[in-house]
Amino acid sequence: MDIFVQQLVNGLTLGAVYAIVALGYTMVYGIIQLINFAHGEVVMIGAMVAFTVINALAAGSMPPLVVVLIGTACAIPVCMLVGYAMERMAYRPLRSAPRLAPLITAIGVSIILQHLAMLVWSRNVMAFPQIIPLTTYGFAGATITSVQLTIVGLCFAMMAGLAALVYRTRLGTAMRATAQNPQVARLMGVDVNRVIAATFIIGAGLGAVAGVMIGTYYGVAQYTMGSVLGLKAFAAAVLGGIGNIPGAMVGGLLLGVVEALGAGYIGDLTDLCRYGLGPEESCADGGHFILFGSNYQDVFAFVVLILVLVFRPSGLLGERVGDRA
Amino acid sequence: MLLELKGLEVNYGGIRAVKGIDLEVREGELVCLIGANGAGKSTTLRAVCGLLAARAGSVRYAGADIAGMPVHELPRRGLVMVPEGRGIFGQLTVEENLAMGAFTRSDADIARDLERRYETFPRLKERRGQTAGTLSGGEQQMLAIGRALMARPKLLLLDEPSMGLAPRLVTKIFEIVREIAAQGVTILLVEQNARLALEVASRGYVMESGNLTLAGGSAELLANPKVREAYLGEAAA
Repeated sequence: MDIFVQQLVNGLTLGAVYAIVALGYTMVYGIIQLINFAHGEVVMIGAMVAFTVINALAAGSMPPLVVVLIGTACAIPVCMLVGYAMERMAYRPLRSAPRLAPLITAIGVSIILQHLAMLVWSRNVMAFPQIIPLTTYGFAGATITSVQLTIVGLCFAMMAGLAALVYRTRLGTAMRATAQNPQVARLMGVDVNRVIAATFIIGAGLGAVAGVMIGTYYGVAQYTMGSVLGLKAFAAAVLGGIGNIPGAMVGGLLLGVVEALGAGYIGDLTDLCRYGLGPEESCADGGHFILFGSNYQDVFAFVVLILVLVFRPSGLLGERVGDRA
Repeated sequence: MLLELKGLEVNYGGIRAVKGIDLEVREGELVCLIGANGAGKSTTLRAVCGLLAARAGSVRYAGADIAGMPVHELPRRGLVMVPEGRGIFGQLTVEENLAMGAFTRSDADIARDLERRYETFPRLKERRGQTAGTLSGGEQQMLAIGRALMARPKLLLLDEPSMGLAPRLVTKIFEIVREIAAQGVTILLVEQNARLALEVASRGYVMESGNLTLAGGSAELLANPKVREAYLGEAAA
């Protein structure tokens, strides 16, 4: 039972971050039906910028929390600029092109950003300085760290903030109107280009924070970290129903939990000795012969993605079906 | 002159859908543009509000050349279109749809205008929190017109407001159009239902395969044998 609660806590933490990244995919998809495969790279750039700043300031006398906040505050505008630039330079010229063109462009942008990051920050893994004092709390037989609590709290605050923006403000209403019918939105006086740019900028800003959080959580950042994270978040967006904002939140949390529980139990469940199939010398005296260990953690997101695409392509909360997913 | 088209040519779907037309709407008028399906009426309206580019000719509105102006700039200047097929935002609520109509405004009267719309369309008030996609066709048309009015238009372009509606609702919509005109809004109405259009309009133009073939006062057009035969479904005398 303990491992269940513990993995639930870990899963919710990661899932909250996936949800924030998934929002970046789903908002852009909702408004221009583009899967922005470069979004994972934006998240990576957020982590790299923040780590650079944090490492530079870590030796100083500033309180650790302030250092992390400054790092994040630097990462957000950089990512927003990257998000805006890719929309303006790569996607806007292809707005009326066949769907495949911007999709392939997105993959290209992703490769370019990844390699630019490699040139700037090298191939080395950047480590997060151990400056945050880690407090752990007991919780229903599991432990939760102060970092986890902060991540979950921050993610929920950002989701609430985004929901308020999308469902309560003029810009948000214009975004949803543009997503449904850009031409009529223009007739209402909406500058559709600005709304689309704003969508990219907001998604990138969220991605920057997600990058800092995931980097802090794992303690490392590297130029390749965006690809798998991005794909997982994309899987989360599809799970919730791509284009659907509450769907991305639900999908992200669910995917995080599935992944953590999967990683927690896959060893036990694929222990051949349990089924009397393992080689005798390994199974003797309660030994194990484990087929898949928790290093298979990354598999679950994609198993979920495949299952969703096969059985419910519109996702959990999505309404649109067909070629869109 | 509020709206003035001169020698307007528009390509649409690979053909010259509008072949050089002159059309005028004076302030306070209700003018209709009638003609068969595919005559180029909607294409004309779409060119006026910038959704389609004019190939040649000029579009002047309130003294300014508006050809080539961004579409979203026109509502700010009081030129508002109710598109063909209504174009409501189905997943937004009724109230959000109306709010989108006032998107270009930032004045303090928006709430009062909203109340006014609800007085005119009590059905919309009842359903203000519902998503607009759940409304019936007639209610959606009223929403589309109400939404356009939220922009406080000087010139309202109506593209086939009767399309797909039951006869009883068509009558109702035309009553509303008449009321809007009576409040001083200039209207350019595109309609296939020529009889109703000419009954509410003071003047009309007849469009045939991209050209304006007839123009004149509504009474005159209603009495014109050609119009009676081709558009009012009456046998030639």
